[in-house]
Amino acid sequence: MGEAIVITSGKGGVGKTTTTANLGTALALQKKKVCLVDTDIGLRNLDVVMGLENRIIYDIVDVVNERCKTKQALITDKRFDCLHLLPAAQTSDKSEVTPEAVKAIVEELKQDYDYIVIDCPAGIEQGYKNAVAGADKAIVITTPEKSSVRDADRIIGLLEQEEMESPKLVINRIRNHMMKNGDMLDVDEIVNILSIDLLGIVIDDDAVIKASNSGEPIALKPNSKASIAYRNIARRILGETVPLMKLDDQQGVLAKVKKFFGIRS
Amino acid sequence: MAGSTQKVMIKGTRDGLTLRLDDQCSFQSILRELQEQLSMNGLTDEHPMIRVTIQLGNRYLNDEQKEELAAVIREKQKLVVDRIESDVLTKKEALEWKENTEINPIAKTVRSGQLIEVKGDLLLIGDVNPGGQVQATGNIFVMGSLRGIAHAGYDGDTNAVIAASYMQPSQLRIADQLSRSPDYESEGVYMECGYIDDSLEKILMDRMQEVIKKRPDLVSFERRMING
Repeated sequence: MGEAIVITSGKGGVGKTTTTANLGTALALQKKKVCLVDTDIGLRNLDVVMGLENRIIYDIVDVVNERCKTKQALITDKRFDCLHLLPAAQTSDKSEVTPEAVKAIVEELKQDYDYIVIDCPAGIEQGYKNAVAGADKAIVITTPEKSSVRDADRIIGLLEQEEMESPKLVINRIRNHMMKNGDMLDVDEIVNILSIDLLGIVIDDDAVIKASNSGEPIALKPNSKASIAYRNIARRILGETVPLMKLDDQQGVLAKVKKFFGIRS
Repeated sequence: MAGSTQKVMIKGTRDGLTLRLDDQCSFQSILRELQEQLSMNGLTDEHPMIRVTIQLGNRYLNDEQKEELAAVIREKQKLVVDRIESDVLTKKEALEWKENTEINPIAKTVRSGQLIEVKGDLLLIGDVNPGGQVQATGNIFVMGSLRGIAHAGYDGDTNAVIAASYMQPSQLRIADQLSRSPDYESEGVYMECGYIDDSLEKILMDRMQEVIKKRPDLVSFERRMING
């Protein structure tokens, strides 16, 4: 019996889809059976980020309307056999799907997979309700911006009304120099306001956009900071204790030695 | 009806007249005697208006009856009814009093888009986040950080106060007064309390200890009985 995790944020453009793709990939790297579900019907993106757009035959609306079986609509990832995607429909509307229908699909998928990662659309209306219906856990994505934290707060309030454990927080798009200067909300401040457990922080990295555009999730790259961050998040979901990534720029050995002796570099 | 015992006792005080009504006889007989007694009073036009306090003793009057009683007194041009006091109240009124004077503890984080409404005082164990709102007919005490909107005394109690461990509200409202945070970025303050200053008629903030001095009967039962 698997576990369904919904990735949500309230606000658009904070990185829900990117996080879903990378979290799924990172979990697959850990040899878990993972199914990604895109519930953003009408504005599907997850298939693009995963580079699977050209393989879609059936989608979630077809499954709901019983035009195909759930298994027929699933697309196997290019890189991992244990990673699958249930794409959203592009031609339909969010009202074509009901929370009950999504719940039924997720329950069915939970039999075969270790993790179901559900990508939630922006907003708090029908699409959000659909996405949350089948989930056991929720991860709330926010960026260090006031508006995004405000929306995350709203979403957490709504999630608390659902029958699920307290949501976890991922802070995305952190720009270290701005946080240091106080131009952005810092991590402690955000956690303080939202008062939920922090699952991970992801640094703003140009490579993420590049990777999304080429349909290769960043989590596959071994060295990128964002990639390590996503893999750390996956490890924390699996129950490992991984310390939070240091935000400071990495220092070379020489700089460390100098610092040790108190020499200014 | 020329009874040996008087059903209406009239006493003059510094603040006007006090009418003490017998609480055992029928309401109709009270009205009749009141009319008789008051018509005997020969007041001249030069007299100023006299405020009348009516003491009912252990008699309960509904609103209609109170109006009837007040009408009888108002017929005399120089008399105005200041208040009607009774030693008894109905269960419903008592429950209302209780509701309006109780402290309601609530343990949760009030998040953006959420509204907490209570009758009486609110004791919030948690934060009010930006975009969240709390309302109470009495005082509001926030044990965490107040970053959203708090409205104390929303039935009109201007004596209500708002206190928080950490004060950085977007708006404070007390009764019909409102104050908002400045447009520039500002730090919050610890352990402060908002209240309406009587002379300035606007909301001021001060250290909690100072406000206790200004509202000495903040939590006493009497204040709540009168306001409730």
